Amino acid sequence: MTIQEIFFYLFSIIMLAAATMVISVRNPVYAILYLILTFFSAAALWILLEAEFLGIILVLVYVGAVMVLFLFVVMMLNISQSRVSEGFVKNLPLGIGVALVMLAEVLMVLWYKNQTGIDNYPIPVPHEQGYSNTAEIGERLFTAYLWQFEIAGVVLLVAIVAAVALSMREREGVKSQSVPQQISADKRDRLELVDMPVEGVEKN
Amino acid sequence: MKVETIILLIPLLPLAGALIAGLLRNQVGRTGSHIVTILGVGGAFVLSALILKMQIYDGMQSMNYNLYTWGISDSVTFQVGFLIDHLTSLMMVVVTFVSLMVHIYTIGYMRDDPGYQRFFSYIALFTFSMLVLVMSNNFLQLFFAWEAVGLVSYLLIGFWYKKETAIFANMKAFMVNRVGDFGFLLGIAAIMSVFGTLDYAEVFAAAPSKINETIAVFGGIEWSAITFICVGLFIGAMGKSAQAPLHVWLPDSMEGPTPISALIHAATMVTAGIFMVARMSPLFELSDAALSFVLIIGGFTALAMGMIGIVQNDIKRVIAYSTLSQLGYMTVALGASAYSAAIFHLMTHAFFKALLFLAAGSVIIAMHHEQDMRKMGGVKRWMPVTWITSVLGTLALIGFPFFSGFYSKDMIIEAVGGATRFGSGFAYWAVLLGVVVTAFYSFRLLYLVFHGKSRMDKHTEEHMQETPLVVTIPLVLLAIPSVLIGYFTIKPILFGGWLDDAIKVSEQNDVVAALGENFHGATALALHSVQTAPFWLMIAGFALATWFYLFKPQLAESMKKRFSGLYSLLENKYYFDDFNNKVFARGFIRIGNGLWKRGDAGLIDGIAVNGTAAFIGKLGERVRKFQTGYLYQYAFAMIIGLIGLLGAWLLV
Amino acid sequence: MVSLTHYLTLGAILLCLGVAGIFLNRKNIIILLMSIELMLLAANMNFIAFSRFLGNPDGQVFVFFILTVAAAEVAIGLAILIVLFRNRSSINVADLDDLKG
Repeated sequence: MTIQEIFFYLFSIIMLAAATMVISVRNPVYAILYLILTFFSAAALWILLEAEFLGIILVLVYVGAVMVLFLFVVMMLNISQSRVSEGFVKNLPLGIGVALVMLAEVLMVLWYKNQTGIDNYPIPVPHEQGYSNTAEIGERLFTAYLWQFEIAGVVLLVAIVAAVALSMREREGVKSQSVPQQISADKRDRLELVDMPVEGVEKN
Repeated sequence: MKVETIILLIPLLPLAGALIAGLLRNQVGRTGSHIVTILGVGGAFVLSALILKMQIYDGMQSMNYNLYTWGISDSVTFQVGFLIDHLTSLMMVVVTFVSLMVHIYTIGYMRDDPGYQRFFSYIALFTFSMLVLVMSNNFLQLFFAWEAVGLVSYLLIGFWYKKETAIFANMKAFMVNRVGDFGFLLGIAAIMSVFGTLDYAEVFAAAPSKINETIAVFGGIEWSAITFICVGLFIGAMGKSAQAPLHVWLPDSMEGPTPISALIHAATMVTAGIFMVARMSPLFELSDAALSFVLIIGGFTALAMGMIGIVQNDIKRVIAYSTLSQLGYMTVALGASAYSAAIFHLMTHAFFKALLFLAAGSVIIAMHHEQDMRKMGGVKRWMPVTWITSVLGTLALIGFPFFSGFYSKDMIIEAVGGATRFGSGFAYWAVLLGVVVTAFYSFRLLYLVFHGKSRMDKHTEEHMQETPLVVTIPLVLLAIPSVLIGYFTIKPILFGGWLDDAIKVSEQNDVVAALGENFHGATALALHSVQTAPFWLMIAGFALATWFYLFKPQLAESMKKRFSGLYSLLENKYYFDDFNNKVFARGFIRIGNGLWKRGDAGLIDGIAVNGTAAFIGKLGERVRKFQTGYLYQYAFAMIIGLIGLLGAWLLV
Repeated sequence: MVSLTHYLTLGAILLCLGVAGIFLNRKNIIILLMSIELMLLAANMNFIAFSRFLGNPDGQVFVFFILTVAAAEVAIGLAILIVLFRNRSSINVADLDDLKG
């Protein structure tokens, strides 16, 4: 066994075990923690595939931001454990059955049918020293996929706006500034000029 | 001014009048509306007369030009254009003159009517449509104008739209004309398919080469193309010119105001069919069969419709049946290939029939819109001008020598006598007997209305007086041509070749030319007539009427009883109306009901529309059970689908 | 050596775990979202494996975009979840049958 194989099997087993735990534990907080472990293992596997950039991204962005967001939401919502996870045992046979059928089919596609010719691909040679995966992806992103890259940015922007718009609510009794009102303020609404005789000056 | 400008102005002036009087009726007011329309129609008359004068004295050639391309479809172009030849300019003068007289007369007749402006707008619009009809140089424009005059006729018959009978009458006129138009349209379509063009000149030029062409309309039966076209066009003419059996709308159209009866349903529009056939003479000449058809229809109409006039009591209906009969005369002349005689009679008839109608209208005004002749009598005492002009019109109608009607009608009778075509024998006897009938009902009308003892009630009698000048002046102006025009124009129109540029008659059919060999001037013709049958037949009719209605009024009643069978046949107008109502109207109502209940309510609503909705509804009822609203079930469905697809892909 | 088939098999198992997760946790919408994340991860795994074995970095660019869209999806999905919980005091999928036909 080469060192790659050892690591591949190690991380694969960790990942599958963690994924299994994700779908089977009752407490959502644990589930999220297992999901984080799954992502970590996946990131390791990706680095094994010499996709270093994405591996790091997965850890930084996914684990660091998205998963924390999950955790944050789950902890914020006080979800009653018992109700949410009821029916788990009842659904177990169906869930496993469907998953196994599906797995069998996919594996048949891979192993038995072998119409894709995947066995023909040789094991790739490792990149030479000094190779930068980040530079390569960056080059692709900013040349061939520039438009898609920009669109992805817009998608994220829309997601931010949508998330804010969805979760924001006006709270009564809280003082806050109203920007439109401030901008549209006019002196005529607040100031009244009154003509009146000057006091204290004698007429000649 | 260029000639083209003048020609263009002729139809546009009345149109402008119509639009101003119609659309701006509140702005121009009552006086304004008759001023603008009379100016428009008067201008058109002056310009038409100018064109006629240029043709007579300045040797202006006939003109045929396209003004505007309406549309181009494949190889066919639809044009708007004018054909100004002698026939057209003659018609233009007649139309605009009669129309002008009627406009002036209407000021008096419609004085108290709330729809005053609308009326003027309509009649000016009619003048426009009629001018386009006579001036057109292609079939499409002809058809457009043909329908436009039909539309105005419809609007005017139903002018008093709150009157039940008027609404019925205008509907009837419209429907019957649709039957005619169906034939007309078929004829035009056949021309389109045979000749590939709708331009008069091109069609006429190509016509002789198509004489042996056949056309299979339905069932694979081959018809002679020319005959089919001519019969189709003539069916259109039958509708518009009220020839039996499509005549039924014309008597009912008398529900409209009298000026309309004079202008549209006597003098001009109903002669459109005659004009059209004369215009198509190069086509009709090629088909003996079609002309025989024309001849027989015309002969029947001329005699049979005149006889109905004898038993009518409504003053306008008598004149209406007289119109039918005279249109029959013109049709007979067409059928005998005497197109110029038909046009000649059309012209003289326009004047004296308009005169008679307007005179009747004058009486009706004086009688406060009473039209029943049994309640008149002795009107001559109060209305001398109306009486004299009526007498002149009647003499013209019955064909008294030297009067215009004499020349035109005598020529028709002679021409038919000289024709050899199948049906000409029947038509000859029909028109001869028609002379007696014409004289009889004309004088019956004259006696019942103007002579004898007054039969009106006291109140009416006290208010009887001559109608105002706006009414009597048109009468006098129309009386002049009614008397004189025949004498002066018979030679140029019939024998002088005046219409030769428009009317083509093949040599062996040319009965008018045969008459021309014995023509020695209008005076000689009138003097000679004393020795001919028509004259004495007319005298016989006159004598009979005088005997029955002037000296022995009770005799008419006893005759009515003695010939009660014939009387009720005439009284019921040969049961044409009953037949139409029972067979066509009721039959179509039944078909319509059937289609409505079974086809529309049952099939379309029941199955196609509501049935579809009900089916979708029921389907939705079932399918909505799948929509549980649970997310995981949808996901389950998707995954099952994925598994199914993958499995299918694996199995293949 | 670790072949392409190894990675693809790994992806397939991960995907099926995601599918099973949807069925097992039909009540808890948060775990449903996580199962979807697992399935996306499986797809990403395949992309990267193919990218590596075909020697074409475009597959990695795809994964980049998938991550972007998934992040957006999670953000919006969780926002909806918060609004839902605020209005219903429950995230039980069984309670959410307003779209029932």
